[in-house]
Amino acid sequence: MEVSIAAAEAVKQANVDVISAYPITPQTHIVEHLSELVANGEMDSEFFCVESEHSALSVCVGSEATGARSFTCTSAQGLALMSEITYIASALRLPIVMILANRTLSAPLSIWNDHSDVMSIRDCGWIQFFTENGQEVYDHVFISYRLAEDKEVLLPVIVNMDGFTLSHMIEPFEMIEQEKIDQFLPVYQPLYRLHPDHPITMGAFALPSIFTETKKAQEVAIWSSMPKILETWKAFGDMTGRYYQPIETYKAEDAETLLVIMGSFAETASEAVDRMREEGRSVGLVKIRLWRPFPFQEFKRATLPAKRMVVIDRAISIGGPGGPVASEVKSALYGSDNRPAIYNFVAGISGRDVAPQDYIKMVDKAEIEIEEGNREGYEIYGVRE
Amino acid sequence: MTKPEYEWTWKEIPVGNVILEPGNASQYRTGDWKTLKPVLNKELCIHCGLCSIFCPDMAYNLDSEGYFIADLFYCKGCGICAKECPTGAITMVVEEEEK
Repeated sequence: MEVSIAAAEAVKQANVDVISAYPITPQTHIVEHLSELVANGEMDSEFFCVESEHSALSVCVGSEATGARSFTCTSAQGLALMSEITYIASALRLPIVMILANRTLSAPLSIWNDHSDVMSIRDCGWIQFFTENGQEVYDHVFISYRLAEDKEVLLPVIVNMDGFTLSHMIEPFEMIEQEKIDQFLPVYQPLYRLHPDHPITMGAFALPSIFTETKKAQEVAIWSSMPKILETWKAFGDMTGRYYQPIETYKAEDAETLLVIMGSFAETASEAVDRMREEGRSVGLVKIRLWRPFPFQEFKRATLPAKRMVVIDRAISIGGPGGPVASEVKSALYGSDNRPAIYNFVAGISGRDVAPQDYIKMVDKAEIEIEEGNREGYEIYGVRE
Repeated sequence: MTKPEYEWTWKEIPVGNVILEPGNASQYRTGDWKTLKPVLNKELCIHCGLCSIFCPDMAYNLDSEGYFIADLFYCKGCGICAKECPTGAITMVVEEEEK
C-alpha cells in the first residue's frame, strides 16, 4: 500500500469528524483518498473543500472548538499559508492533528522533499513528531489523536513525513483491527467547547498585563506533555508491539562517532552505519523522533558518551549557525562536560539523493576536520564548487 | 472574576485562555487610555444629557442629583462631550496635572 493511502486509512480508522484540506504536492494522495472515502460513504465525516490552506486550518480550529475531531494535512507553501493559524490552534489548545508531507519551501519552485517547511513554524507550539517509514506514519495518527486529546495535554500535533521518499512509497503495512483502535482511541471529550447552552469565549484578545502569563501557561503545557507522550507510546507499544522513543539509536551504545538524523533518511543512514561497522569503524546512529518538545535529557543520555557527532540537517538557517537540528543539538549539550565535537552537514535539500556512501563520505570528512581541530564545522554537502 | 486579570498568575489562566464568564468586557479599564478627562461645571449644566448621548463609550451615568457624570474607569478622554455640550459646562483637563 502507498504510504499516503495508509495515512488516509488511519485517519478513517481514527473516526475523524472533520477533514479540511487543500491539495498540494506531495500531500495530495492523502486528501484525495479521504475525499473518496467520504464520498463513497465509507467514512462518516464532513469533508471541507476550502479555497486555501489558511482556510483549511481555520476550519479545523472552528470544528475543534465545537468538539469535533479534526484533521488536515499539507506541504511547504501550504504550511506557509497556514502558519498564522498554527500559532492560534496551539494557543487555543485545540487538539488538531496534521500530517505534514515535508517539502521544500520555494524559491526556486520545488516540489521535492526537505525540512524547510516545518522549520519555518518550529516554534508554533505544536507537538512535532518525525517518522522514518510508512508504518510509523500510520501508527502516529492514532498516537497523535490520543495524546492531543488527553485533558492534561490538549495540544495540536504535527506528524512529519518526508514528501515522496515516504508519501509516494509502496510499503507493506501492519494494519490494526478497528476494535483495538476504538479501545486505544476513545471518543473525544473536550474540556471546553462552543455550545449555545453554555456560552464561553475562545480566542479573545489579551492585554500586555496578562499576555506573558498566557505564554508561560502554554510553555508549561507543552513541557508537561512529555510524560504523556511517553505514556501514549507505551500504551501503543503494549497494543501493537511497536514501541517508540523520543530519541532512538542504532548501534550507538559504544560508538565514538554518531550520525544524528531526523526523518526517513535515517533508514539509509543505518545502511551506511552497517557498512562502516563491517569495516571495524566505531559509528552509530541517533534518530530524533520527537522534535517538539525537544527531549533534552534523552538526547544527552544517548549522545554524551560519544567523541564526535555528525549532524545531518535537511534545512538551512540562512545567515544563522548552520542547520536548525545542529543548532538545537549544540544548545542541548552546551552545559555538559566532555561534550562531543559537532560537525554539521546540510544534505539532501529539495530531494537530492543522499546514498549510504554519502553518509560514509560525510563521516570521513567530519572525522578529518575534527582531527584537525575544527570542532564546530558546518557545510552544505555535495554542493558543486 | 474575583480579581482583575492583571493580578492573575499563569496558573490561574483557564486552558486555551477561554473566557468562562460572559460579559467580562466590563472589567476592561479603557479609562487607562486617556490623557484628558472631562470636568463638569454644575452651575452651567442644564441637564440636557447630550454628553451622555454623544459619548461613544457610554461612559456617562445619571447621578442622584440629575447630573450626567463620566465614569473615569471607562472614559477614554476623547472630548466629544466637551465639544457637544451646548453651554460649555464641560472642560477637558490634563488628568495628571489636575491631581
